[in-house]
Amino acid sequence: MPDYETHEYDVLVIGAGGAGLRAAIEASAEGARTALVCKSLLGKAHTVMAEGGIAAALGNVYEQDNWQVHFRDTMRGGKMLNHWRMAQIHAQEAPDRVRELERWGALFDRTADGRILQRDFGGHRFARLAHVGDRTGLEMIRTLQQHAVHRGIDVFMECTVTRLLKDGGESGAVSGAFAYWRESGRFVVFRAKAVVLATGGLCKVYSINSNSWEGTGDGHALATWAGADMIDMEFVQFHPTGMVWPLSVRGILVTEGVRGDGGTLKNAGGERFMFRYIPPMFAAETADTEAEADRWYNDRINARRTPDLLPRDEVARAINAEVKAGRGSPHGGVFLDIASRRDAAYIQRRLPSMYHQFRELADVDITQVAMEVGPTAHYAMGGVRVDPETGAATVPGLFAAGEVAGGMHGSNRLGGNSLSDLVVFGRRAGFGAAEHARGLGGLPHVDGESLELAATEALAPFEAGGNENPYTIHRELQEAMQALVGIIRTEGELAQAREQLGTFRERVQRVRVEGTRQYNPGWHLALDLRALLTVAELITQGAQARKESRGGHTRDDFPGPDAHFGTVNLVQRQRDGVLALREEPLPQMSDELRRLFEED
Amino acid sequence: MPQAHLRVWRGGDDGEYREYDVEYSEGMVVLDVLHLLQATAAPDMAVRWNCKAGKCGSCSAEVNGKPRLMCMTRMQLFDPYETIAIAPLKTFPLIRDLVTDVSHNYAVANGMPEFAPGPPAPDGDYRMQQIDIDRMQEFHKCIECFLCQDVCHVIRDHSDNLPNFAGPRFFVQLAQVSMHPLDEHAKGDTVSAGFGLDYCNITKCCTDVCPEGIHITDNAIIPLKERAIDERFDPIRALGRRLFGRGDGRSH
Repeated sequence: MPDYETHEYDVLVIGAGGAGLRAAIEASAEGARTALVCKSLLGKAHTVMAEGGIAAALGNVYEQDNWQVHFRDTMRGGKMLNHWRMAQIHAQEAPDRVRELERWGALFDRTADGRILQRDFGGHRFARLAHVGDRTGLEMIRTLQQHAVHRGIDVFMECTVTRLLKDGGESGAVSGAFAYWRESGRFVVFRAKAVVLATGGLCKVYSINSNSWEGTGDGHALATWAGADMIDMEFVQFHPTGMVWPLSVRGILVTEGVRGDGGTLKNAGGERFMFRYIPPMFAAETADTEAEADRWYNDRINARRTPDLLPRDEVARAINAEVKAGRGSPHGGVFLDIASRRDAAYIQRRLPSMYHQFRELADVDITQVAMEVGPTAHYAMGGVRVDPETGAATVPGLFAAGEVAGGMHGSNRLGGNSLSDLVVFGRRAGFGAAEHARGLGGLPHVDGESLELAATEALAPFEAGGNENPYTIHRELQEAMQALVGIIRTEGELAQAREQLGTFRERVQRVRVEGTRQYNPGWHLALDLRALLTVAELITQGAQARKESRGGHTRDDFPGPDAHFGTVNLVQRQRDGVLALREEPLPQMSDELRRLFEED
Repeated sequence: MPQAHLRVWRGGDDGEYREYDVEYSEGMVVLDVLHLLQATAAPDMAVRWNCKAGKCGSCSAEVNGKPRLMCMTRMQLFDPYETIAIAPLKTFPLIRDLVTDVSHNYAVANGMPEFAPGPPAPDGDYRMQQIDIDRMQEFHKCIECFLCQDVCHVIRDHSDNLPNFAGPRFFVQLAQVSMHPLDEHAKGDTVSAGFGLDYCNITKCCTDVCPEGIHITDNAIIPLKERAIDERFDPIRALGRRLFGRGDGRSH
């Protein structure tokens, strides 16, 4: 067994984005000795990229707004596949979490009477997103970071977890984690009574994506390997508006706030094509003329919302269809025009980082000309199956919150519901983990065999007999997933993907890295590849089983929603290296909540 | 495809510049070209990065001697035949290649005063006017790339000053706390001598390199210096201290 250092905690939080920071703050407040481990430096997590805002029914702009309306919007946005209790908790608690961020120093934009301003976003009936220009994620992470460092939490930066450790007992309880320091390559063993996964997303499995390098699905894979139930993995959100040009920035996000603030989508012919893509489910509340849509920005009572702000799955599919029909922009996207609709000063004030991003990276002045945009893999709706109240996974001692957890968003997430998800369920998971830790006597046992295995597999890329390059495999895996398990899916391509994933699995065994263990990105990627491969398998297996189109999962061969699939979640669990999938009926909400949907 | 000629620092303190020719595609930034290198000629080249969109502040380096975010430095900035030299940040200890040990900054962050608001209005909401927070929002734009820390000659050429000098990034944070409309710190807490505000002689190097365009010197450091003068040299307060023995400059 190679050398390692050992650390002991009540609660170990893996990931330091919004969910991880909030979980660590809560666990620590509950008196748990808490460690926070993150792959990057503190404050660099992908949460900083969130732009538009945090959804909470504060009712500051429209006092008709309340948690029931937010709950209803969230469930309908998720095509009713969401875990109703998570959606309810989220809608009820988000306003308190936003006020808490303000109390911890966040400076949200203000209404005329000095309260928190809220902006329009897709799928939200009322202007609901508390925001800071278009850099809300940065505000949130810095606020949580600056609050957390005063709470006595131990932070392990640039430290990557490669395996969860178990106690070796019957229940399969989690008892810690195995990690390496990126700087030195030396191993770290965390012994902990409870582990919170807050590792974020997985969209680095696609070639066109909006994620930072960290989004390699580590938590999804760690939980799967530990035998936890995974849920809804077939649902991947392709955000409708990513940059498409130049190639080097392809996929970088263009906030939905552009449309919330008046921007509109146009095809090559200058047509506002979204009016042709209004699905029956949203027809009653969506404007069907340009005049009505334009009136809506200032008059919510007498005009219906613009179809530019339909939920993301609808808009992404529409853009895809326009490009396919030959009505796209020169670089294979469509146009997003705010220049002709709002004055330059307004655009610069409301969307400063979009202005900056396009000017610096694409030589485009968005106050003068339209942007070119297209779908980009952005968010995993699926993830670890958790208890809504505590964030507990189905494996004892394991908790999850944020993007790595599943259930909250159903088949499609509404914009703005992610930042609120992070703090609502981050807090609950931190609390749940601390409570679990309190219930245990001492530190649970760490199974020696699994520890040794973790060390061996981490070093394997230095010793493998093969000559596969990790960068090449990553690129080819991304291309395969993009082509075969992307925004539009069919049985033939999914079967092809399953087959190719088998080959990728063999190739990953033969990955060979050069150099030493000291800050070696080739080695880091070689280890990340194992997680990427597991999430690719989870997504593909789920996508093959769900023979319908719904939310973030579109099957060309089953183009409509299916009544049966509308009543089930797909649940995946790995046993003895084999990934098995089963259907489970959706949890049922009370009649009182159900009545909120009766007006449909 | 255009070709770039790069000189990249490889290794630790005893390392060297190595030269690379890379073919790249139009529209790429320096970080893209380094990624191309990693995927081919230099798989173990250490580079720190995250978002590749100028929002996280991870990929700071010195490109042709100038501190920059590599993800926001477009290749078209350079002449086609120009050699592009890429070096790690000079102010911080080198780990390997382009990655430095910036833990000093996190240690300083731990010693920053924590935001301490008064109670909200009776309805539970805080009231602030947009005009009052516009200026503070500028400070909140900081992405902690530490380019300002890197370029500041107080520590760049005098590492012995590190223990006594918080540095421009943290003067921005002090300004952020002290000017927050809801913060109730005693003024002295944010300008205490321990942060080393006096070392700064306002050469504005930090402002010049800030990728977020924060007016670090004019809007953060100078107002803090003025506040420090008020606290320490106000004759009436000095009298108060003499009469009532309050030596800490606290106003309550």
